[in-house]
Amino acid sequence: MITVGIDVGAKNVKVVILKDNDIIGKNIGLMEIDRKKSVVEAFESCLASTGITKKDIHRVIATGAGEGIVDFAHRKSSVVTCDALGIIKLQPLVRTVIDIGANETRAIKCDQTGKVLDFAVNEKCAAGSGAFVEAMARAMEVSLEEFAGLSLTSSKSIPINAQCAIFAESEVVSLVHEETDRNDICRAVHDAMAGRIAALARRVRIEKEVALIGGVARNRGMVDSLKRELEVDFILIENPEYIGAFGAAFQGAVISE
Amino acid sequence: MATELKAKYPTAPLKCWAKVKELRQKYYQDYALAHEKGGIRWSGGAANLEPVPAGLGRDVYMLTGEPYGASIAYDRAFAAKCHAAAEQAGYPRDLCAYMRNYWGSKLLKTYAFGGPFPEPDFYWQFHLCCSHGKWYQEAARIEGKGRPVFITDVVVGPYFKRNERTGHFYADPNKNGIRYIADQVHEHIERLEKITGRTYQDELLFEATENYFNMTSLWAEICILNQAIPAPLDEKTIFSLYVLGALNKSSKQYVDFYRELRDEVQDRVSRGIAALSTERARIMSDIQPPWGFLEIFRYIEQFGCVSVGSMYSINLQFSLDIKEDGTLRPLPTLKERGIELKSRDQCLMLLADHLASNLWGQNMQEHTLKNYIMEKIYEQWHCNGIMIHYNRGCEGLSLNVAENRLYLIEKGIPVVTYEGNMGDEREFDLAETLKRIDTFMETLGLK
Repeated sequence: MITVGIDVGAKNVKVVILKDNDIIGKNIGLMEIDRKKSVVEAFESCLASTGITKKDIHRVIATGAGEGIVDFAHRKSSVVTCDALGIIKLQPLVRTVIDIGANETRAIKCDQTGKVLDFAVNEKCAAGSGAFVEAMARAMEVSLEEFAGLSLTSSKSIPINAQCAIFAESEVVSLVHEETDRNDICRAVHDAMAGRIAALARRVRIEKEVALIGGVARNRGMVDSLKRELEVDFILIENPEYIGAFGAAFQGAVISE
Repeated sequence: MATELKAKYPTAPLKCWAKVKELRQKYYQDYALAHEKGGIRWSGGAANLEPVPAGLGRDVYMLTGEPYGASIAYDRAFAAKCHAAAEQAGYPRDLCAYMRNYWGSKLLKTYAFGGPFPEPDFYWQFHLCCSHGKWYQEAARIEGKGRPVFITDVVVGPYFKRNERTGHFYADPNKNGIRYIADQVHEHIERLEKITGRTYQDELLFEATENYFNMTSLWAEICILNQAIPAPLDEKTIFSLYVLGALNKSSKQYVDFYRELRDEVQDRVSRGIAALSTERARIMSDIQPPWGFLEIFRYIEQFGCVSVGSMYSINLQFSLDIKEDGTLRPLPTLKERGIELKSRDQCLMLLADHLASNLWGQNMQEHTLKNYIMEKIYEQWHCNGIMIHYNRGCEGLSLNVAENRLYLIEKGIPVVTYEGNMGDEREFDLAETLKRIDTFMETLGLK
């Protein structure tokens, strides 16, 4: 059976193709103004890379913030459900998932079957999501990778406002003007964000094992700050941004007709 | 996207629907036109001691601030003007949204129900919530004509205690505290006579008090009928019905209406008439909803889910009694308690006792009673989950909501929270909230 999961995020669309529960293709594409076109392109490009045609597909499951635009999906499912299913399939011991995407952060508590027991999503502020780190990296005039690397070399803790992305940015600018070490500023940004995410995660009462997924899980500086804040070791996945799409594709394989 | 659901139950429109709309409209009109008939207007907090001013005559009309603020919230365009007016006058956004709507309406000199804002002859508020304690003091200051403001302090300590053996709560009134409230009201009556030049009529107080207790008890009966499966009423409808209790519990007309409504709901239960023909799951909510966005309660219906009531709509009239086994039941009427009203003091003591028993008042001092009542409603109304509004617009009732959530989660009850504001549309994100509800429906297995 071939199933496809499409996770339409705020910044990227992720596509995973499963054949008999094995990943045979994956692709990521940027979400542009023509969102539908972005989804179709990412989907078709993924199909092309595997040699599979649309006729071969048994089911397409859409998830993510833009799930509604996937009009060829057989079913739509929330990203919370897909994250939980996806992680349990890969890491059966996980009971708490923290998914940090570009626009949204989610903390999910699940059981061994991937059933969601509780979840929390960040409220109306970007200060706890990936878009915030990207904005801060731009403010510091470094790439995201450099930003993460600089953060890891800092051993100093500088508190900055974690309540609002805009205020935080102006604080970063002030720190730059005060000639604070760049690595310390980078860490301060991650620490501030980690504080917000930890508060969100604690709302679901963290239970081990804890997986960190979403694109921001690639940012080692962020992982380091969050690890310090929550005092847990995370299970890190090889392709953390694909878990939602993988969970969606997996759901497509297991749901009854 | 919800699965296509087949209708399982018959449904029918509520016969009383037009009447409740008419009564509500008349309430606001009567208040506005009171002076034309030589009557008295007063304004103050809902769930107040409204039988007391009723002793001044049959031509006393009131404007309760909370439902008035909620009515403004429902009209988002007018609400936006009220917020702007209140903010221009220097009131911060984090204050009670109802209060800011009310002040904004006064500042704009515009009544939400047409015409200029009808200023009251006096204000009466009870001190329970810290914001509300200042509401009418500030309202009088805005008008600037030195209108009298009556304030009744009701903070006399928790009324209910937990039985450590059974785990259930029971009433344990503080007699001195109740006397303290009643004595303040005695003094208020003397002052009311001086201000209005009218002689206070105890017979009218007795009549209004009978109505008050009849109404609270009838409302509880109606809510308890909604324990039936399928639910005869849905929450959005309940919000339109419960409001009469927040407008004036001392009205005979409203008592008669609730009796008629109770009979109709009973009939719906007997005939299996559902609010939602596809009902397959039930949720309850917590405190005030975002009034400008009540469509969230319709949204869940596509999943076959009906909201059967809330802490707010079921308890705002403080009309439930807790049996020894934890069963919630209607508070007995005076007649059922074998009480015959004979004196002003007896009457005021009963009203003060009822005010002191206010669940929301206790929740401002400790949250375990609310945890307990939420759990009991969840069980006894046969719910599958709870939707909690992190309401930025009410610092009083949103107190402890996070504690309530944790308690319920630990009991294994599925809970979803969404952030918003009961009266300020700028703090509510409909798309995000629907997305969250969608996820919750999925976790309940309804998608």
